[in-house]
Amino acid sequence: MLIKRPSDIKPSEITPESVFHRRREVLKAALAAGLLPAANAWGQAIGGGLPGLMPLADGAPRQRAFPEDGNLGELQPWEHDVERETTSFEDITTYNNYYEFGTGKTDPAKNSHTLRPHPWSVTVEGEADVTGTFALEDLMKGHTLEDRLYRFRCVEAWSMVVPWVGFPLGDLLKRFEPTSRANYVQFFTLNDSEQMPGVRYPVLRWPYREGLTIAEAMHPLTLLTVGLYGQLLPNQNGAPLRLIVPWKYGFKSIKSIVRIRFMERQPETSWNMANAREYGFYSNVNPDKDHPRWSQATERVLGAGLFSSRIPTRLFNGYADQVAGLYTGLDLMRNY
Amino acid sequence: MTRRSLALIKALVIVACVIPFAWVAARAFGFAGDLGANPVQMVLHTFGKTGLNLLILTLAITPIRKQTGLNWLVALRRTLGLAAFAYILLHAITYAVLDQGLAWRSLLVDVAMRPYITVGFLALVLMVPLAVTSTNAMQRRLRRRWVQLHRLVYLIGILGAVHFLWLVKIDVTEPLLYMAVLALLLGYRVIDWQRRNRKRRLRAARKPT
Repeated sequence: MLIKRPSDIKPSEITPESVFHRRREVLKAALAAGLLPAANAWGQAIGGGLPGLMPLADGAPRQRAFPEDGNLGELQPWEHDVERETTSFEDITTYNNYYEFGTGKTDPAKNSHTLRPHPWSVTVEGEADVTGTFALEDLMKGHTLEDRLYRFRCVEAWSMVVPWVGFPLGDLLKRFEPTSRANYVQFFTLNDSEQMPGVRYPVLRWPYREGLTIAEAMHPLTLLTVGLYGQLLPNQNGAPLRLIVPWKYGFKSIKSIVRIRFMERQPETSWNMANAREYGFYSNVNPDKDHPRWSQATERVLGAGLFSSRIPTRLFNGYADQVAGLYTGLDLMRNY
Repeated sequence: MTRRSLALIKALVIVACVIPFAWVAARAFGFAGDLGANPVQMVLHTFGKTGLNLLILTLAITPIRKQTGLNWLVALRRTLGLAAFAYILLHAITYAVLDQGLAWRSLLVDVAMRPYITVGFLALVLMVPLAVTSTNAMQRRLRRRWVQLHRLVYLIGILGAVHFLWLVKIDVTEPLLYMAVLALLLGYRVIDWQRRNRKRRLRAARKPT
């Protein structure tokens, strides 16, 4: 049975897509006219320094910086365009893989209303000097949110183009002062059967976990993401905090992060634990390295319609210029 | 069961068989909603799943008939079987034309190298002789060999379920459910066959020499 739940965001508050697609011109014009202060609604003034990180003491009051209307305010524009059309908000938010809310593509949109993304805190541990549990607002403070249009390629050979909102993960990770032994970073998703009906079934090893090399985590394209289409992340897209690693298959971009662990050895990752032959640790988008059961040479573009053709998949999802250097000397056919 | 009411039931079954196709067609042209973010996959899965469901329904006719004594049910078997074939053919056409855009090389690689597609293709190919010999005339002409030939439908069902099992990413609940139902139907036939064999042997033994 499908129970329609009224959206928390009023239709009037959602930026019309036509305006959204012109957002860069609108923003530039407004900035030029001095109408907009160059600032984010969440975080602080662009160019401001980063405050020291203070772990949450028990019972400490949380700051009220969370944008309760869902609107993330002015975002720093991103200069790199994607040659393809941006996927509609509707398609991005109704076709999801988020097994904690069911394994069907439309399950997360139907079931994720039980997730409570606020208040939210993240525990940082392992090979770093600054560790502890931090309020999401404290982690956000001082970072400038950017509007980044990225290609997104799922391991199931479909793809979309998404205007994510976030800031480089590396900028945050540096603040924890990782030690010289921090070669890898592991991430964990929330694992709460009360909020996530899917974790009652052992489809994957819960909590969902993912990992990156420290170089991948520090790469400027790796985005710690809090929104899309200028709004806070909808629950089904991994609210309130997720990773976006645009040159890797989608499952590497872990959702609803509650724990970050700096590690010396390569961390366990959920899909790799489920089937190491099919899902490698790197899982870089690679048209030449087929999934054992299906081809990765082409992809189906979401929202392109019934009579659209598949398009060729590109090495590193089209980000080879920026990220190929991370893998020099590595045999990509073996290290998939 | 009068001839007239049977004709009516048959007509209703045909209408029911057309509903999934009509649903897809209506949505493809923007009536009653749309086909979602990935319409090709939606069409592909709807046709494939409907084909498998109809195949299982076809296989269920004989056990249900034997258990309930509703012998007229057998008159629906051909309709259901042909509808299953039609959907599985549509499923294959959707895959080859809409999804792969008739890229012959990649289609050949898929059929030859990707086990889930190989078994699916095999199931489709095996259905062709069954569809061709589904007429009354063919049934009369082939006699016992018709029965033997049409036992292939069990193999086809198993291949279909294996195709489903091998294509899902990790959640095998649904394909395993199909396999369980198939095992139940096939198991019934095997037990039934053994029982009849035993009876026949007993009868033969009782005959005075």
